[in-house]
Amino acid sequence: MANALLVIENLSKRFGGFVALEEVNLSVTRGERLGLIGPNGSGKSTLVNCICGTLTNESGTVQFDGQQMDGLPAHQRTRVGLARSFQLPRPFPSLTLLDNLRIPLLYTVQARSGLLRSSGDVDTRCAELLQLVGLDGKANRWPGDLTQVEMRKLELARAIAAEPKLLIADEAMAGLSHTEIEDILKLLARLNEQGITIILIEHIMRAVMSFSQRLVVLVSGRKIADGPPDQVVRDPEVERAYLGQ
Amino acid sequence: MHNSTFFVAAVAVAAAVFGISTYIGNDYIYFAGYVVLQYIVLATAWNILGGYCGYVNFGSAAFFALGAYSAVFVHKFYPLPIPALIVIGGIVSGIIGFGMGYLTLRLRGVFFAIATLAFAVVLQTLIINWDYVGGSRGAYIIRPSDFPGLGSYIEYLYLIMLALAVIAVTTARVIERSRLGYGFAAIRDDELAAEAAGVPTLRLKLLATSISGALMGMAGAPFPYYIGYVEPASTFGLAYAVNSIAMPMIGGTTTWIGPLIGAILLGTLQQIATVTISSVVNLLLVGVLLVAFVIIAPNGIVGLVQERLRARGK
Repeated sequence: MANALLVIENLSKRFGGFVALEEVNLSVTRGERLGLIGPNGSGKSTLVNCICGTLTNESGTVQFDGQQMDGLPAHQRTRVGLARSFQLPRPFPSLTLLDNLRIPLLYTVQARSGLLRSSGDVDTRCAELLQLVGLDGKANRWPGDLTQVEMRKLELARAIAAEPKLLIADEAMAGLSHTEIEDILKLLARLNEQGITIILIEHIMRAVMSFSQRLVVLVSGRKIADGPPDQVVRDPEVERAYLGQ
Repeated sequence: MHNSTFFVAAVAVAAAVFGISTYIGNDYIYFAGYVVLQYIVLATAWNILGGYCGYVNFGSAAFFALGAYSAVFVHKFYPLPIPALIVIGGIVSGIIGFGMGYLTLRLRGVFFAIATLAFAVVLQTLIINWDYVGGSRGAYIIRPSDFPGLGSYIEYLYLIMLALAVIAVTTARVIERSRLGYGFAAIRDDELAAEAAGVPTLRLKLLATSISGALMGMAGAPFPYYIGYVEPASTFGLAYAVNSIAMPMIGGTTTWIGPLIGAILLGTLQQIATVTISSVVNLLLVGVLLVAFVIIAPNGIVGLVQERLRARGK
């Protein structure tokens, strides 16, 4: 595929004797909105970790934006344009919200493009990002003061701050209310319109179905379906995986 | 405050301290003050790795001793002025700090701490068996009785340590307010998230061990001239390792001022205890205070003040 942003080929990951991912092939087109679903323990987060360099895969390759990612440490992948939010929010607890966002701005945007040279520019951008996720007004508070929901928004803001080409949102919506899910979906859609490719990992089917252009299903570390969302959910194998025989 | 303004202010404070010391004009002030200043440098250096990055180094004494033994080596080989020895000590300790970091930084938490302790033991064993620098017998360094233009030699050493303290504290503050400082803080808080945010964690940690090690070595370089007799057991002494950790912990580890407060407070207290009670009380004092602070104020004096301010702000 000429227009593929992310190409994963025959990716396998083992934890001791346990096979977490087995020969996964996946290709994501530029500008695509991809939904990734699967039961708990099916390897979704492991796949994200292998894509982002948090874990190293034993075999197979990850190619991003025409570059080979294998062997690159996580921070270099972030600089190339791969950003992810963590499933369980991992804020920097001793830094204020503003400073939490400052880290990716300083180490990704500034390091990559030389933009945001002055500290005033960085401050302005941090404030913009906080407003984007609805956390303005808490700029000088600490992550410890936030609710779980706000923490997820911060997590997302930090990933967006890195100005990625591909954003992987790992269960950014768990525990959120209807309106909040709508807010986040709108935000992701807006980012997508700006040209950011998005992989959405989610358990909330309503959100996945309305957002994704394509749906991929992982079960026990294997990809069992890949296609248009309404076709995929009717796939007998997917139904079996979710509802049992 | 701008970095250069801070440096000027720090120099001004140091000049005032020196002025007051010469006004008192008692050599004891220099002897005691030297030790307190030396601990300001050590505590500040420890804090760059331990406080900013969250990697607890139990091997401070080894870096200090590296600086001291570099000076002994050079002194035997070809005597140089003390500022040159400080530069050499800093370079040697910085390189060894880099090497230690490279070998151990894949370890985290308590395992890293154990590795640094082991490193100190290995280094001490090497020095004990290295005859050129005195081995286990130790080495004597006869210091001149006075320094041209200043008066007593100890006054000169005191001035040098004062300058080193200014350099160390300014370095710590510059780092704290820079991109590097934010990167260190991210590493301390969550290394995985730091990597995901684009922070090159390994490179930054190596930088921290090198800077921290170099500053400790610089603090150790004038030591042979201060003490006159260097031998492994005391140069690698427990007091250096423990104080380097205890002082930032008591003062507060997240800012440059924490180690400064801790070192002045604890260092002065130790000097007073040495004169009024006995030198053995020193470590006991540190132990009791450390335990008390860990229980009452785990974030040190600075943390305590910050909490108060934060509570009032709400």
